[in-house]
Amino acid sequence: MDFLNALILLLNYIFVPALAYGSQLAIGAIFVTLIYGILRFANFATGDMMSFGTMVAILFTWYFQSIGLSLGFLPTALLAIPFAILFMGIYMLIIDKFVFKYYRLNKSPPVQLAMVSIGVMFVTQAVVRIIIGPSDRRFFDGEKFLIKANEFKEMTGLNEGLAIKSTQVITIIVTLILVSTLFWFLNKTKTGKSMRAYSDNEDLALLSGIDPKKIVMITWMIAAILATIGGVLYGLDKSFKPFTYFNNMLPIFAAAIVGGIGNPFGAFLGGYVIAFSEILLTYAYKKFFMYVLPESMEPDGLIQLLSTDYKFAVSFSILVIVLLYRPSGIFKGKIL
Amino acid sequence: MRKNLNVIAAYSIMMGLIILVGIFQSWNIALSIFNLCLISAVMTMGANIQWGYAGLINFGIMGFTALGGLAAVLISVNPVQEAWSAGGTNILLSLFLIIGIILAVRFVLKRYQKSKIRNYIIAAIIISGIIIIRLVSEPGIEAIEEVNPARTGFLGGLGLPIIFSWIVGAFFAGGLAFVIGKVALGLRADYLAIATLLISEIVIAIIKHEDWLTRGVKNVIGLKRPAPYEVNLQETDWFINLVEKFNSGKLALISDLSERQAALNQFVIEGSSVFVKLCYSGLFLVVVIILLILTQKALYSPWGRMMRAIRDNEEAANAMGKNVVKQHLLIFVLGSAIVGIAGAMLVTQDGLFTPGSYRPLRYTFLIWVMVIVGGSGNNFGAILGGFVVWFLWIEAAPIGLYLVNLTTAGLEDTHFLKVHLIESVPYFRFLMMGIGLLLIMRYRPKGILPEKIEIK
Repeated sequence: MDFLNALILLLNYIFVPALAYGSQLAIGAIFVTLIYGILRFANFATGDMMSFGTMVAILFTWYFQSIGLSLGFLPTALLAIPFAILFMGIYMLIIDKFVFKYYRLNKSPPVQLAMVSIGVMFVTQAVVRIIIGPSDRRFFDGEKFLIKANEFKEMTGLNEGLAIKSTQVITIIVTLILVSTLFWFLNKTKTGKSMRAYSDNEDLALLSGIDPKKIVMITWMIAAILATIGGVLYGLDKSFKPFTYFNNMLPIFAAAIVGGIGNPFGAFLGGYVIAFSEILLTYAYKKFFMYVLPESMEPDGLIQLLSTDYKFAVSFSILVIVLLYRPSGIFKGKIL
Repeated sequence: MRKNLNVIAAYSIMMGLIILVGIFQSWNIALSIFNLCLISAVMTMGANIQWGYAGLINFGIMGFTALGGLAAVLISVNPVQEAWSAGGTNILLSLFLIIGIILAVRFVLKRYQKSKIRNYIIAAIIISGIIIIRLVSEPGIEAIEEVNPARTGFLGGLGLPIIFSWIVGAFFAGGLAFVIGKVALGLRADYLAIATLLISEIVIAIIKHEDWLTRGVKNVIGLKRPAPYEVNLQETDWFINLVEKFNSGKLALISDLSERQAALNQFVIEGSSVFVKLCYSGLFLVVVIILLILTQKALYSPWGRMMRAIRDNEEAANAMGKNVVKQHLLIFVLGSAIVGIAGAMLVTQDGLFTPGSYRPLRYTFLIWVMVIVGGSGNNFGAILGGFVVWFLWIEAAPIGLYLVNLTTAGLEDTHFLKVHLIESVPYFRFLMMGIGLLLIMRYRPKGILPEKIEIK
């Protein structure tokens, strides 16, 4: 019986990775939900927009590295983010001007906009692959670990090590700052309030003198910030590969819907719901029970509820259950 | 005749393009493009009756395609006796358990009023059922996967001719569509799209990782064929004579006897693969024509009229006493079944089943591009879309290469930009598809051949 070791084990293999992964999903989910709430369509280009932003950030990172600019123990990519956001914002506004604006002004049904976003998805994917190629790329530099497993063991004298990657800490901190600023913006500033009003009831918002052009532009800018930062954080933590980013769109959608689509706070929590359930259900608990249970009751198998192959399937199954029992999501979003 | 002129013109241009490929590249390539065009056409017909007739978005096409492919494996592969004796009973027992769980849940649903306790009972039944199934099936699955894992390691199939799988694939896909439809059809359109997209990913995950059933990512290769094998053809006399007759003009030019024999051999080898592809084309063409006749009949029948009424105004149709929910479910099942046929056809043509190759971009979004570009609601349009888009998808790389060479003609061959662009030529197909879709959606939202309803 050794609860402390068991606790560290869970922290190391479940809590910390799930928190980091959940933050990455949460940013993506807020991106989806904002577009859905204000521009009123399901954006199937989500993953590819994130990969576009990350690509620009990587190009800037390479440039900074080549001229010898760095942030010391922090990854250089953080320095590249503002520039990438600028590019991403311009890209999004161009897309909006040439593609989405026409349908918005014509008041096309959301389905048509979703189809158009598939076109944008194809184009963005092509642009990313033509510029940077389809291969796996790591662009992380700086200090890799905040706490190494060995150091932790020496420090505490426990059997289990706790390794915390600096990217995980960066992810969580950046997410917290970003999301709290966003909520402050949406809830306290005049522009944010008008955005929420527009999302709630377009006609009423227009009647009260809200400028739709401004709302749309600000939404795209926020979307650019979210897409770039979310993409870069994911890429720093894991690696950058256009195909993975495209696939990430699926758990992000699941997070947005589970949280209640159109509700940013729901999307934020939805990201963690998805991440934690994915990792909790696919983790092999054998070692945990070895610590917690007396020796005579030690388990034989891995005590794994589902094999890790089903990681994605878990989040989608949660989505199906939510759809069945609470179609508006856990935190009431738009009624769908 | 006159009003169908644009249809005829569009199809002639398309056939002309394929023939051009035959002349300039090779007949082999042309025929393989043509065959995949036919398969794509079947898929688009399935998507089209869901989207065009009823306005239902199905982004789960990939899942239904994969189920069709699974049917091809389960029908045509010979059963693996050892695996059956090793773990067959466990698997069968689990199957009965699954049926038992479903019956129990149904019983609880019917018997008791809606309440929290009922939900908990259902959850308890499902969770305990899953645990029992895990315990029962685990040893069986392990035993099956240990039977000669390099060659089999799965239960195998029924050992029937693969053609049957086209029908079975339809039933598989239709069955899945029934379940999905029951769960998700009440949702709003774009929500349904996301739900089906995610459910199809679950299907793929299961097919990929349940090795005892599908061999998973180890792939199933060497499936039976409905067409003769090239190697056998090359040894049959009538085929060699046929090739000789076809190429007599070219052969006559060669005077040397041994050279002529070598040339004939070359022609026979090429001819055999063309002949096999022609066999497939014939089979696929039959399917496409049958489906086309059926869907056209349905479109102009009272049922088709009702579907359009439901699509255009659900509330009004409902008020007129049409059962919208039931019709939606029906058309969702029918469309998905057609996609299932296409999935089985695809695996039949390839002769192998590779679960890893099912990706949403290729099997869901590309099919949607086909439907939108071709013309939703119009069967001829949907088929044309399948042809045009698949043709471009394949020929995008050569076209892209040509364009790159043209635009960078002023640069040296070793210039980094030129090298980079030439390396990334394969991705021009994405660009082409995207821009094509955007242009069509903007300037011809009804597709190349728009829906045209004539009252007969």
